[in-house]
Amino acid sequence: MNTSTSGTRHHIVSVLVENKPGVLARVSSLFARRGFNIFSLAVAPTDDDSFSRITIVVDVESAPLEQIVKQLDKLINVIQIDELAPGDAVERELMIVTVSVSAETRAELLSLAGEYSGIVLDEGTDLITVSLGGTPASLDAFTERMGSAVVAYQRTGRIALPRIRS
Amino acid sequence: MKTNGGAALIKSLELEGVEVIFGLPGGAILPVYDPIIDSPIRHILVRHEQGAGHMAEGYAHATGRPGVAMVTSGPGATNIVTPLADAYMDSIPMVVITGQVGTAGIGTDAFQEVDTVGITRSITKHNELVTRAEDIPRIIREAFHIATTGRPGPVLVDIPKDIVDPANPNSAMEWYWPDSVDLRGYNPVMKGDPAQIEAAARLIIAAERPVIYAGGGVLKARGSDVLTALADLLDIPVVTTLMARGAIPDDHPLCLGMPGMHGNYTAVTAMQEADLLIALGSRFDDRVTGKLDGFAPHAKIIHVDIDPAELGKVRRPDVSITGDCRLVIADMIEALKILGAPDNQPDRSSWKSTISGWQEKYPLSYVQSEPGDFLKPQFVLEQLRDNTPDDCIVASGVGQHQMWTAQYWKFNHPNTWINSGGLGTMGFAVPAAIGAKVGRPDRMVWAVDGDGCFQMTAQELVTASAERIPVKIAILNNAYLGMVRQWQELFYEERYSEVYLSPDLPDYKMWAESMGCVGMRVESPEDVLPAIQRANEVDDRPVVIDFRTDASEKVYPMVASGKTNSQIVVGPEGL
Repeated sequence: MNTSTSGTRHHIVSVLVENKPGVLARVSSLFARRGFNIFSLAVAPTDDDSFSRITIVVDVESAPLEQIVKQLDKLINVIQIDELAPGDAVERELMIVTVSVSAETRAELLSLAGEYSGIVLDEGTDLITVSLGGTPASLDAFTERMGSAVVAYQRTGRIALPRIRS
Repeated sequence: MKTNGGAALIKSLELEGVEVIFGLPGGAILPVYDPIIDSPIRHILVRHEQGAGHMAEGYAHATGRPGVAMVTSGPGATNIVTPLADAYMDSIPMVVITGQVGTAGIGTDAFQEVDTVGITRSITKHNELVTRAEDIPRIIREAFHIATTGRPGPVLVDIPKDIVDPANPNSAMEWYWPDSVDLRGYNPVMKGDPAQIEAAARLIIAAERPVIYAGGGVLKARGSDVLTALADLLDIPVVTTLMARGAIPDDHPLCLGMPGMHGNYTAVTAMQEADLLIALGSRFDDRVTGKLDGFAPHAKIIHVDIDPAELGKVRRPDVSITGDCRLVIADMIEALKILGAPDNQPDRSSWKSTISGWQEKYPLSYVQSEPGDFLKPQFVLEQLRDNTPDDCIVASGVGQHQMWTAQYWKFNHPNTWINSGGLGTMGFAVPAAIGAKVGRPDRMVWAVDGDGCFQMTAQELVTASAERIPVKIAILNNAYLGMVRQWQELFYEERYSEVYLSPDLPDYKMWAESMGCVGMRVESPEDVLPAIQRANEVDDRPVVIDFRTDASEKVYPMVASGKTNSQIVVGPEGL
């Protein structure tokens, strides 16, 4: 399972939109029309709840992306678009993961989760669900170390903001 | 003032200056049709909703004002999808009002329910499902603003029945009219960047073989006069694309006519050999460029468009300017004068003589028919062109007849040529001509149509007769889907598959008469002119002339699909 998000063709597009019905469909359909797969997408209202921020990670060459961004900008409900280069953005993603444990591996898992600042959300005799927040790469690393113990997991898709320049 | 959504909708349209609505009522839009009875707005009852959409487009083409169509939910809405797509491709300002099932029924597969905003999302500049009566005046105001500013386009407003039905409490509202439109995400740039305009002027004044590549954006910006002034200032030849015919008069010595797949040799080749293309409101459409990597290989590009998404979409410009064509061209002229124009430019006499050499060597041509043979379509068009007023409005459908009209007509006035360029919608001509005549009753309006096209929307001549809209239709009847036949002849070894239509099934003359029109049939060259003259004299009903034309006639010049524009073929001997 390769969920790495550090590939060179990944682009992060942060789109500030009006918080209205149908706006997400307008935005996502511009990608779908060209056959571009949205790798992840996170959307929620901003501090001003008349706006939402959509953070889209998309796997696409630069030239077609430029055209999509220009087309996005034509949507009446789109206020602002920022393309975030990986080095220019702070990124976070949240994951909840259920792993199988035995009496022998339980302590090991809890210590590993602690190493990644994980929080135990739910516990049974042979299953534990933890939540982890971090960079997409750190979540990848954690999942990799869990290996076949992973029973189910869900990630939010990344959220990002431009780095503060001093 | 207490009102209801339906009355507010009609009042809003009145305040937007709407003088005519093309439409057809049905269940969901019923409450809006009641206040129409008391409104000064003229309503034209179409026979099919597609007709309403194309009429609104024709009206907008001819007047520059937004066309308005109103239809019901479900099939009413889906029937107007094609005109919406057409208007979107050709940047036609249009506002379409669709009825929708009541808000409580939305999403329940209610009778005549479709997801209209979902279906039309990618073929409208903007669309909106209104959910509250009190939003109607604001959304109508915004719809007209969006449709007519920036790059024009169609806007659809979908209105559920309950919020316009006075019998339903959901329709109750206080009347208001917004003073202004406040759309944070929509601010079209009108003025071009001065630094870019200066950079463009420097390229222009230094160019040895410049060509102005004028597109439909020039007409949308009402920029014909400044375009002509720019061409005159430096003696720069101009090609006018299919969407820009008439932007500079065809009679102007600098006008080279139409470029592209069926453009004339000089227009196509001047672009190929140019060292600078000044693209004004044009979009490097594949029908203009031919095979892209062989298009205008020596040319630097200045690209002016009000839509920044067009800049660099197809061909990387050397100078790109976002802005309204009229304003940018005017600023460009000033910038050129500062650089010394019309003096201070290289000697372009050899470029001019090269161009006039091409014009002399490769004019449009055809061979007149022998007595007893079918009419040549080009001959019919020449007769029509030479026996109608100079400012006659001409609409066409899509196919061979459209290309011949674009080639052979002399467009000496802006907004006199109305056709479906981007979408290529067969059946466009009849309703578009009707819409144009409604908008410009002072002008003579002819539609040049193909027999295949005519059969798609002819029923709107019933509308035209009932409403006394005296349009004139010239059918170039070659009994075939002619353009498809041409491709099958040239590229499919003359294997004609599903293109034969028959010259007399239907009987076009009788069909026209049954729809309240004057019907005529013309088979020999000497009868062409008298028929046109007779048609020109009819002013109280539509006229249809069935011209029997030669099916073997093909549109030339032609740049075959996949070929570069340098491989243009001027006549049948070349293929």
